[in-house]
Amino acid sequence: MPETTHTLTIPSSLRFLHDVRQFVEKHALEAGFSQPTVNAIKIAVDEACTNIIKHSYAGDTSQEVEVELALTAGHLQVCLRDEGEPFDPSTYQEPDLARLTERRRPGGLGVHLMRRCMDEVQYRTDQDFNEVCLTKRLNSDSAV
Amino acid sequence: MSTFSVSFRDANGVRILDLHGELDAHTASDLEGAIQQCHAEGSINILVNGEDLEYISSAGLGVFMAYVEEIRDDGGDIKIADLQSKVYNVFDLLGFPVLFDICETEEDALARFEEPAPDAGNASS
Repeated sequence: MPETTHTLTIPSSLRFLHDVRQFVEKHALEAGFSQPTVNAIKIAVDEACTNIIKHSYAGDTSQEVEVELALTAGHLQVCLRDEGEPFDPSTYQEPDLARLTERRRPGGLGVHLMRRCMDEVQYRTDQDFNEVCLTKRLNSDSAV
Repeated sequence: MSTFSVSFRDANGVRILDLHGELDAHTASDLEGAIQQCHAEGSINILVNGEDLEYISSAGLGVFMAYVEEIRDDGGDIKIADLQSKVYNVFDLLGFPVLFDICETEEDALARFEEPAPDAGNASS
């Protein structure tokens, strides 16, 4: 099966998260994923996009986020690209659940959800852009 | 754009927040405002009804995290009820059932407020 790609570019504002989720849901359902698996993919992409807008662009709404969804035999990959500050995944620490409520603003929940919802999460920083790619296999059983 | 709203009810001295729509990083501040309002008005027994909540991301979950400790310190609690399975599953993925009292029905949650169980849903117990 040849690769099919769909692209959505949004302004770097949290107002557009709903549009990103709708875009992902439409194409993931068309690709044959079950609704619970589509729900998991939507959450992961939402979290990735939120992190870009909040952290990479630090709330600057004048930038753009590109969301590219690629369907190939057996899997779906969503890559989000931005031109803000890169995220270094080596600095990420999995949240300590037992101590989460002790901190008023717990961090790291989004990345944790992305990893729980997807089969692969990969970060890449090029000279001109940052990219996070989220992959889900058609036969994956992690769903929401 | 995501649509989200909160409406308020009272039952047996418990302030009930009915959540409607999608709770994401854009709309989480609306829930935060609602909980802040409850707390400012002296309501420390807060029940969140999620029957009409269609979606939640970590930003929404973070709001509960941000306020539950303070409200428990004041002798109250935030309990959660009537979640749709797709929303409950997100709570579950992050292990929230250990931290929060999540009930199947609003009636169950109201009954839990009547019980003398100060350590209910407390991970440190």
